[in-house]
Amino acid sequence: MKPPPVVYHGPDTVAEAVRLLAEHGAEAKVLAGGQSLVPMLNMRLTAPARLVDVNRLDELAYVRTDLHGVRVGALARHADVERATHAFEAIPLLRQAVRTVAHPTIRNRGTTVGSLVHADPCGEMPAVLALLDGEVTLRSERDGERIVAARDFFVGPMESACREDEIAVEAYFPRPRGRTGSDWREVSRRNGDYALCGVGTLVRVDEVGAVVGATAVYIAMGPVPQVVDVTEAVAGADIASGVAWAAAGQIAADRLEPEDDIHAGADYRRHLARVLTARSLQAAYEAVAP
Amino acid sequence: MSDKYLGQPLVRKEDPRLLRGDGRYLDDLGHDALAAAFVRSPVAHARILDIDVSDALDVDGLVAVYTHEDLPDRIAEPLPLLIPHPDLTHPRTPHCLANGEVNHVGEAVVMVVATDRYLAEDAAERIVVTYEQLPPVVGIGAARAAERLVHEDVPGNVAARSVQVNGKGDAHQAIAAAPHRLTLDLEIERSASMPMEGKGVLARWDADDKTLRVHSSTQTSTSVRLAVAAKLGLPPDRVEVVTPDVGGGFGVKIVHPWPEEILVPWAAMTLGRDVKWAEDRREHFISSAHERGQQQRIEVGFDGSGRLHGLSVEIWHDNGAYTPYGIIVPIVSSTQLLGPYKVGAYRVEFTSLYTNTVMVTPYRGAGRPQGVFAMERTMDAIAEYLGLDRLAVREANLIQPEEMPYDQGLVFQDGRPLIYDSGDYPKMLRMIRELVGWDGFEAEREAAAAEGRRIGIGVAAYVEGTGMGPYEGAHVKVETTGEVVVSAGLTTQGQGHYTTLAQIAADQLGVAVADVTVVTGDTRRFKYAVGTFASRAIVTSGNAVAVAAGKVAEKAKRVAAAALGGGVEPGELELVDGLVRHRDDHTVSIDLRTVAVLSNPLRYAFDEAAKAATQFASVSSSGEEPGLEATGYYMPERSTFAAGAHGVVVETDPETADIRILRYCVVHDCGVVVNPRIVEGQVHGGVAQGVGGALYERIVYDEAGQLVNASYMDFLIPFATEVPQITTAHMVTASGLNPLGLKGAGEAGVIPTSAAIASAIEDAERLTIRRMPISPSELYELRKGRVHA
Repeated sequence: MKPPPVVYHGPDTVAEAVRLLAEHGAEAKVLAGGQSLVPMLNMRLTAPARLVDVNRLDELAYVRTDLHGVRVGALARHADVERATHAFEAIPLLRQAVRTVAHPTIRNRGTTVGSLVHADPCGEMPAVLALLDGEVTLRSERDGERIVAARDFFVGPMESACREDEIAVEAYFPRPRGRTGSDWREVSRRNGDYALCGVGTLVRVDEVGAVVGATAVYIAMGPVPQVVDVTEAVAGADIASGVAWAAAGQIAADRLEPEDDIHAGADYRRHLARVLTARSLQAAYEAVAP
Repeated sequence: MSDKYLGQPLVRKEDPRLLRGDGRYLDDLGHDALAAAFVRSPVAHARILDIDVSDALDVDGLVAVYTHEDLPDRIAEPLPLLIPHPDLTHPRTPHCLANGEVNHVGEAVVMVVATDRYLAEDAAERIVVTYEQLPPVVGIGAARAAERLVHEDVPGNVAARSVQVNGKGDAHQAIAAAPHRLTLDLEIERSASMPMEGKGVLARWDADDKTLRVHSSTQTSTSVRLAVAAKLGLPPDRVEVVTPDVGGGFGVKIVHPWPEEILVPWAAMTLGRDVKWAEDRREHFISSAHERGQQQRIEVGFDGSGRLHGLSVEIWHDNGAYTPYGIIVPIVSSTQLLGPYKVGAYRVEFTSLYTNTVMVTPYRGAGRPQGVFAMERTMDAIAEYLGLDRLAVREANLIQPEEMPYDQGLVFQDGRPLIYDSGDYPKMLRMIRELVGWDGFEAEREAAAAEGRRIGIGVAAYVEGTGMGPYEGAHVKVETTGEVVVSAGLTTQGQGHYTTLAQIAADQLGVAVADVTVVTGDTRRFKYAVGTFASRAIVTSGNAVAVAAGKVAEKAKRVAAAALGGGVEPGELELVDGLVRHRDDHTVSIDLRTVAVLSNPLRYAFDEAAKAATQFASVSSSGEEPGLEATGYYMPERSTFAAGAHGVVVETDPETADIRILRYCVVHDCGVVVNPRIVEGQVHGGVAQGVGGALYERIVYDEAGQLVNASYMDFLIPFATEVPQITTAHMVTASGLNPLGLKGAGEAGVIPTSAAIASAIEDAERLTIRRMPISPSELYELRKGRVHA
């Protein structure tokens, strides 16, 4: 479990980093938190000829909140997102979700933007970006900056729209509109494991507290984060009985196509999606209910 | 002797060093050594057609590449069959490097030595082995079907078939004649020891001295020494084996010699350079050893009170590709299955089967968890069938204290009769009943149900043969500084021996535990020992330390008596608080340090203290051999039997099928307890592994024989967050078989855990569990079956 030979680059500026990628992109990998890449290197599951380490790019180590949403720089660790009170106050879902990313030691090192580019279908933060309809800013020497919406960013399992010559410099998580409650929950085998099924929800209510919209996102239930609009089941429905939440869960379960693996069967995962959706929507609703 | 320290919950002497990161594990040694890496088979079953190393030769830093063809005679032969048995009719052991055929993914094919491990792996990656794949045999079902064979010349894939009966009548007749009968088909899946530190070997050949020093992360340094000497053709006296700190063993490191334990020293001798190999996690998964996998069929006949009249058990045991450790695991399963019960006429038959998977050797519990699972599932099934309380059925079958010693009529794993020496099983069940809250549980269940929660309670009991022979030994020496050095022959892997053995020696010598230093597993210090496994260390080594320290105490009295003069007899003296003093007149005393000085009559005084031992000093000689030291051995006649019972309350989520342990209680009897804190730690660690085996851990092979979860990401060892708080109660029935009254404690915690948790989940869910481990996904599937039924 030792990595194969690799040429290491440690640029001090973003400009230098994108220049290196312009030159070597096809045979290079960007190293940020290294919580996925380094184990893959050690197990020789990947063997890039070069590593471009972005850990010196302090200009990208930020979590900023404004009226519109939260901007997370490429070098912000999951723990920075977790601890940023302003980000939590603007978008509670960020903290709700990031706390379920692995364990504290991993969150201390792993970066949120890195997890977006890694595009693991079990990753929490790609799902949050998808649910919030956020976007990722990519920079290259050739094109300068381009902005890609979440729906276009996650291309497949472990595959994002970030090109070989690009660095993802920032993720933008927009604030949900209106009065919106959120919730994140998942079932995993052990505390901190990848979820067998994870769900994040947004429930929007009007001035009198009636539900006007609800969406859910799922991890570990498809090749990319699966966003399902369940408004039809809950808008204007009788919330008190819980029937609407259960109906929403059924809509989601019908839409999802999870697979078997050694930890859980597909049927069970779909069942979890149904159960967790109902529980999560109710919790999200209660956060903003009158 | 005193009993000042025996039974005291002292904190572990070794912990400050280990917790501060000052431990020295195998990979902390030999920084300048060459590194070995291995090309291991990527396929489960194949003939090797060709090995092409040419591409590897370009790697800078490559020192040597070895295949089977390069190995000299003794090393080229198959590794030894460590534990032969007449029923093991078709033993097969691996070669150090594959000899034309591979029988599991991970089998070593080529050894690469380079200047560091990175380069060794670079070179290994470039070696091309051409395989002609053969159909693999994976799983007990395929092994039993025997449509394919693992070893061409082993018919039916059967390594061993063994039958034991207990001499209490024909089991089948007894079952047939009983008022009620049940049949159960059970299954336990594979798990593995998984010490945090993998195996590792460092070898240094001293060409001038013609000696070989081997460091190995092993549970038996003395036996590795003899194995290495035999394989390398060296006189044993030229080989030293030292265990540094060992980061856990749990059984896998009692197997020896591993291929690497022979190849690394051989390479060091051949190359004249230090060579090291430190196993990585993937290597450990695919090339060490696993355990647990069994299928069982149980037929039981019983009466209306749940009392057993006859029990017949058939076990199909997956032994993997090779059997170097013999058939110890299924022997233990089939004998320890009986637990604290009288089962009437008993017949057990096991078939040990080859599969194209990593070999199976003892892992903490060593076959007992499977045996206890069989027995305790049977007890629960009888209770369910008769509509009786599960504890009541168990109580109806218990061996009573007045029946001790109780002969189960079988032959145990040490080749001796399975005779329980002592125990009070009715008291044990009374204690667990109270501790886990058995009698009040229905009210608890109703209260939980009112909140929409589903809870269940389970219990399981076991008896564990511990402290088996053949022997252990120790050397005890009192230095002139007053420091006592205990050299135990066996090894330590974190069990706290530096504390417990020190407690025993300190009591014998009347010194402070702080003044006792224990060294283990170093053949330079002590050459005759067996090893640390099978819950035997404190029984065998503890008593050996007591014998050796007792001899030292007697010698100290004789030397002191001569020094004190005035007609003082050795028998009138006692060792207390670092002094040898008259038991009636405490003013007549001499410092133990002075006695140590006087024990070595000197020609030359090299310091102030030594003057007293020189020829013109006034003290008269005792005529003793020099040195206040002694060697002692303890050789048990047979195993001594510990016992325990676990009670557990679980909650299952009615929707998500998540399984949570709410309460975990242990009643534990390991005879006289040397250090209750350490015993509790052992129990806690065992329960943690038991919880892993019940709810999380499983080794998963696919049909092609690929181990699909060979990493800690997918092989789920419970974290601290998954291990419950454990409430422990001790009871003591002293062993009459050894002077200190001890029984072993190392494996206890893991033994009944799967059985107890299965019982609790069954109780919560009102469905039938026949297979462990169980995941939420599997519980969900079981629920579907119930709904449809």
